[in-house]
Amino acid sequence: MEAVGLDVLTWMVDFLSGLFVDPFFAVARRPDKLVQILIQGVSAGVMYSLIALGFVLIFKASGVFNFAQGIMVVFAGLSVVVLIEAGVPAILAIAGAVVVMIVMAFAIERLVLRPLVNQDGIILFMATIGLAFFLEGFGQIIFGADPKPVPVDALMIPDGKIKVLGGLLGKPVRIYELDLTAAGFGALMVAAIIVFLNRTKIGRALRAVADDNQAALSVGIPLRTIWVLVWSLAGIVAIFAGVMWGAQSQAGFSLAVLALKALPVLILGGFTSVPGAIIGGTIIGVGEKLGEFYWRGVMGDGVEQWLGYVIALIVLLVRPQGLFGEKIIERI
Amino acid sequence: MQGHVQTAEVPAAARPLLSVNNIEVIYDHVILVLKGVSLHVPKGGIVALLGANGAGKTTTLKAISNLLRTERGDITKGSIEFAGEPIDHMNTNELVRRGIIQVMEGRHCFEHLTIEENLLTGAYTRRGGAEVRRDLEMVYAYFPRLKERRTSLAGYTSGGEQQMCAIGRALMSRPRMMLLDEPSMGLAPQLVEEIFEIVHRLNQDEGVSILLAEQNTNVALRYATYGYILENGRVVMDGDAAALRNNEDVKEFYLGVSASGRRSYRDVKHYKRRKRWLA
Ligand SMILES: Nc1ncnc2c1ncn2[C@@H]1O[C@H](COP(=O)(O)OP(=O)(O)O)[C@@H](O)[C@H]1O
Ligand SMILES: [Mg+2]
Repeated sequence: MEAVGLDVLTWMVDFLSGLFVDPFFAVARRPDKLVQILIQGVSAGVMYSLIALGFVLIFKASGVFNFAQGIMVVFAGLSVVVLIEAGVPAILAIAGAVVVMIVMAFAIERLVLRPLVNQDGIILFMATIGLAFFLEGFGQIIFGADPKPVPVDALMIPDGKIKVLGGLLGKPVRIYELDLTAAGFGALMVAAIIVFLNRTKIGRALRAVADDNQAALSVGIPLRTIWVLVWSLAGIVAIFAGVMWGAQSQAGFSLAVLALKALPVLILGGFTSVPGAIIGGTIIGVGEKLGEFYWRGVMGDGVEQWLGYVIALIVLLVRPQGLFGEKIIERI
Repeated sequence: MQGHVQTAEVPAAARPLLSVNNIEVIYDHVILVLKGVSLHVPKGGIVALLGANGAGKTTTLKAISNLLRTERGDITKGSIEFAGEPIDHMNTNELVRRGIIQVMEGRHCFEHLTIEENLLTGAYTRRGGAEVRRDLEMVYAYFPRLKERRTSLAGYTSGGEQQMCAIGRALMSRPRMMLLDEPSMGLAPQLVEEIFEIVHRLNQDEGVSILLAEQNTNVALRYATYGYILENGRVVMDGDAAALRNNEDVKEFYLGVSASGRRSYRDVKHYKRRKRWLA
């Protein structure tokens, strides 16, 4: 009995030190790895943020939780790839994908949202589940079911490695250019969306609709136009995510699952908060890459797959509205 | 209580800016709420639409501004004309462009937008930045309080400021006609007076015609030129404001003073519905 108790105790100590002590030694040994992982984390986080932004905009403006966001990423990415394969220059291929996503936004407004206006949120949510299945089937007919490599050269996405900070950290930090591109360009897109929301007439109208759609309607803001707009925006964000994620592995229907990573981001950041989506995305991205690298020893592989959800769950227990859930203005 | 206490005839030559002709409104395909309402607003007039809670005032205004659809309401009979053109079945965006805008009951400011952003959303249907800036200054001239609070989030301003914001926002669309739904609701008497004073000036100086739904009969009849009294989805009486004020029935039932001086305790409770119609 005593021996068993001791075993359990040593195991516990090992486990806890594996979680909370060993990582620090690992960092001390290889600081270059830490920098590299942080950069990977930020890059993944920016992508999550973008996808989450698409969710937030749609949710705020039309009250729809868009389950089809993931498949939109696939659709967008494959459109670009297929067009380039067909010999269309990269710029035109991207423009073509933008057109595809805007047409999709119009179609969704006309065929899904408009007939269901005034229905409960849950009904609209289920409609987007149906939409996701439809797009998956339809997409496989058009694009075929097999994943396709993203022609990074044609798109002029650098995919080499660069080495920096060699003198400072002992060993040089190896950075994937793909990560840098995703982080940099993603950050630019996030900034553009924020400027759009806060500095333009349409952006202001969009926020107005999010606040009170009846009142927005009463001052002459056409809700349908705004809906098409947010779905188009989400579609354009999806193009970027589809191409960048595709470039890391391949562009295929499995990417849809990746987009569901936006879910813990939304729980963390709050479903209605734009800054929440951005900061939440970064926390989840960095958190899961750190966990994957430093906790692999004690938790095994695949930490990355679930850590985001655990982080979100913990936040949900403490703050149900998320870290940045929009302040609910109460007047007495 | 049926009657017509008309004193001065509306000149036949002056075509009303807004005519509502015998409309019937049904909610959810079954609930008949307006049972043949007719009313007219002359150009430059202030017309009051009076009646107790639930009489159908809001429904009438929403039928005009076509906000009914979002509440699953439908005009099933009758017609509405604005400046001589039929406008029923025109959508709200188009109506705002044509110069008719509703200020909804319960103010409905955009809480997470600043006061100034709220006002600017009112100009959504317009082009021309310079003109819009000029109108913003005009709104601030009418409502100096809004200028002081221009950078505050509307959700954090007082009820009176929110009412001013809602009226100012509508003004930014450069309307020919405003449909005001219970602007006095929930405000202290002095503030009510201040707001009605401004509405009166907007009518006089900017030439905005006004259809005013109110439960506060007393105030409404002091500022309006003409009034309609709605009961159970029907107009039961209409006439010049002065005539209505002196009518014994109106005194007893709506002004709270009967011939014997007894006060009535009707309309004590206001109800407030804020329905989310999506989601
Ligand atoms: N969306 C709706 N669905 C069903 N009935 C409604 C709806 N809105 C209002 N009503 C009913 O219509 C009647 C008139 O309401 P309303 O026009 O709001 O009156 P008022 O503005 O004069 O208080 C009331 O009996 C109310 O219950
Ligand atoms: Mg009402």
